[in-house]
Amino acid sequence: MKKIHDHHSIVFWAGFALVVVALVVEPLVVTEYWRRLVTEILIWGLLAMSSDILIGYAGMVSFGHSAFFGIGMYGAAAALLMFSPNLWLALAFGLGGAAVVALFVAYFSTRLRDIYFAITTLIFSQIFYVIIFTSTDLTGGENGLNFSRPALSLFGLFPVRFTSTTLHWFVLAVVVGSYLFLRRVMHSPFGMVLQSIRENETRTRAIGYPVQRYKMAAVMLSGLFAGLAGVLYAIQNQFAAPDFVYFTISGDTVIYNVMGGIGTLFGPIVGAGFFVLLREVFSRFFTEYYLIPLGIIFIAMVIFLPQGLLGFARRWLNR
Amino acid sequence: MGAVLDFFQNFPLDEFLIQTVNGVVTGMILALIASGLTLIFGIMDVVNFAHGELFMLGAYIGVVVLAATGSFWLALIVATLVIALLGAALQITTLRPLIGRDPLTTILATFGISLVLQNYALWQFGPVARKISEPITGQFTLFYLQYPWYRLVIAALSAAIIGGFYLFLKFGTFGIWIRATTQDRTMAQAMGIPVPWVLTAVFAIGSGMAAASGVLFGPLVGVDHTMGLDWVLKAFIVVVVGGMGNLGGSIAAAIFVSLLEAYASIWVSPAQAVIVSFVVLILTLLFRPTGLFVPTPK
Repeated sequence: MKKIHDHHSIVFWAGFALVVVALVVEPLVVTEYWRRLVTEILIWGLLAMSSDILIGYAGMVSFGHSAFFGIGMYGAAAALLMFSPNLWLALAFGLGGAAVVALFVAYFSTRLRDIYFAITTLIFSQIFYVIIFTSTDLTGGENGLNFSRPALSLFGLFPVRFTSTTLHWFVLAVVVGSYLFLRRVMHSPFGMVLQSIRENETRTRAIGYPVQRYKMAAVMLSGLFAGLAGVLYAIQNQFAAPDFVYFTISGDTVIYNVMGGIGTLFGPIVGAGFFVLLREVFSRFFTEYYLIPLGIIFIAMVIFLPQGLLGFARRWLNR
Repeated sequence: MGAVLDFFQNFPLDEFLIQTVNGVVTGMILALIASGLTLIFGIMDVVNFAHGELFMLGAYIGVVVLAATGSFWLALIVATLVIALLGAALQITTLRPLIGRDPLTTILATFGISLVLQNYALWQFGPVARKISEPITGQFTLFYLQYPWYRLVIAALSAAIIGGFYLFLKFGTFGIWIRATTQDRTMAQAMGIPVPWVLTAVFAIGSGMAAASGVLFGPLVGVDHTMGLDWVLKAFIVVVVGGMGNLGGSIAAAIFVSLLEAYASIWVSPAQAVIVSFVVLILTLLFRPTGLFVPTPK
C-alpha cells in the first residue's frame, strides 16, 4: 500500500514540476503575443480554480464569481490611484475588498442550495455591477479606471519594473502557490467536510457539522482567490472596467470549470487554456461571433463529457 | 420631523399614480415571461437560462415579420409559433439527454444555448437596436401625460394569455397531463402519458410565451441582442420571490417588484431603481426563502 502511494506521489510531483518548468521557460521562447496570452490564461485559470472550490468540492455552482473578480480589480485600482503605486498595497486592497464582498454574498447565498444558490450568486454579482456601473464619480462608470502598473519590490527595496516576462513569472508564482495552498486545504479536514456536504448534506448536518458555516467559509475562500485573480488581471492590463464585474465573466468561469473538469483544481486551469485557445482559433474564422461554435462545443461537452477534459484523472489528482 | 412633513407636502401624487400604471403594465409583461420560466422549472426541474434569449429572438422575429407583412398581430402569432418550435427542437436535442441527471447540468446546458442564441442574433441582426412600431397609436390623457393606449393593451393581453394558459392547465386534457407529470413523473408514465413529449411541449409552450412577451414589449424598448439577460434576471428574481414553480406567486411577485421599481424611479434613475428588486430578493431570502407568496410551509 505504502509503495503504491509513493509511486503516485513521485509521478504526480514529477508531472507538476514538468508543467511548472515548462511555464517558467515558456516566456523566454515565445513571442510577445503568446506570452501575454499565456499569462492571461493563468489568471483566468486562477479564477476558475477559485470557483472550483465551490463547484467541484462543495457542490455549489456559483454564477457570480465576476463580483469577487471585479471587486479585486477595483480594489487594486483604488489603492494604486488613491495611495502609492505599491504592488502589495494593491494586493491588500483587492483582497480586502473581495473578502468583504464575499462575506456579504456568503451570508445570504449559503442559506440556499443547488439552483437557488446559483441564481442568488448571479443576482448578487449583478447588484455589484449596477452599483459600480452607476456610481460614475467613484468608479468612472462605463469608462472604468486607468492606472499605471506598480513596480515589483520586496519591503520597498529593489523596485523592478515589470516586463511581460517578469509579470508572467510573478503571475505563475502566485498561481502555483495558490494551487498548492488550495490543494492542501482541500485535503485537510475542512476540505473533506466540504466534499461530504457535496455528497450528502443532510447526513453531514446529522453528524454534527455546522454546514452553513462551512459553506460560508468555502464561499469566502473562493471569493478571496477570485479577488486575487482580479488584482492580477488589473495589474496586467492596467485598468478596471465594469465589463469585468458583468455576468459574462462568471459565465466564462463556469465554462472553464466544466470544460476542464470540476473537482480537480488543476482541471479548471486546463479548461481556461482550452477555452482561450479555442477562442483564438475560432476568432480567425468567425471573427467576433466565436461564441457560437464555442457554445455548441460547450453544450456537447455538458451532454457527452460531463466530467470535462481531466475528469478521467479526478481521483488520481486528488490523492 | 420637518423633513418627513416636507416629504408629504411635496409628495408627487400624480407622478405616483402614473408610476402605478407603469408598474402594473411592466409587471404584466414580466409575469408573462416569468410564468414561462416557472412553468419550465416547476414541471421539468430545468432552470432555463436561455429564456431571455428566446424572449429576444421572439422580438427579432416580430421585427422581421412586421417588416415583411406590416401586420403586428401576424408578427405576434408567427414569432410565438416559430420560437415554440425552436424551443421544442432545443429541448429534444439538448435537454432530453440530460433527463435524470443533476438539475444543475440543465443550467449549464441552457447557459450554453443562451450564448449561442445571443451571438447568433448579434451575427444575424447586428448590434444596432431595431424598433417595432406600435400597432395602436391612440393616447389618452393621464394627468400631465399623454399615455398610450397600447401599454394598457399589452397588460390586458398578457393577462389574457396567462389566464388562457391557466384554464388550459386546469381543464384541458393536455393540461391535466402536464399537471400529472409535475406531480409524479413515473406514475404518469405508467398511466400511459407520453412523458418525454409532455416535457417537450412544456418547453415549447414556455418558449412561445417568452416570444410573445418579446413582441409585445418590443415597441416600448428597442430590440437588441442583449435585451434577454436583463429580463431573464428580473424573471429569476420574480420566480424566487414568488416561490419557485408557483404560477400565482410569480404573477403576484412580478407586479409587486415592478411596482416597487416604478415607484423607486420617481426618486432615483431607472438604472438604480433595479437595485430595489435586488433588495426585495435579499429580504425574501432572509426571512422567507420559500417565497413571499406561498403559504408558510409546515
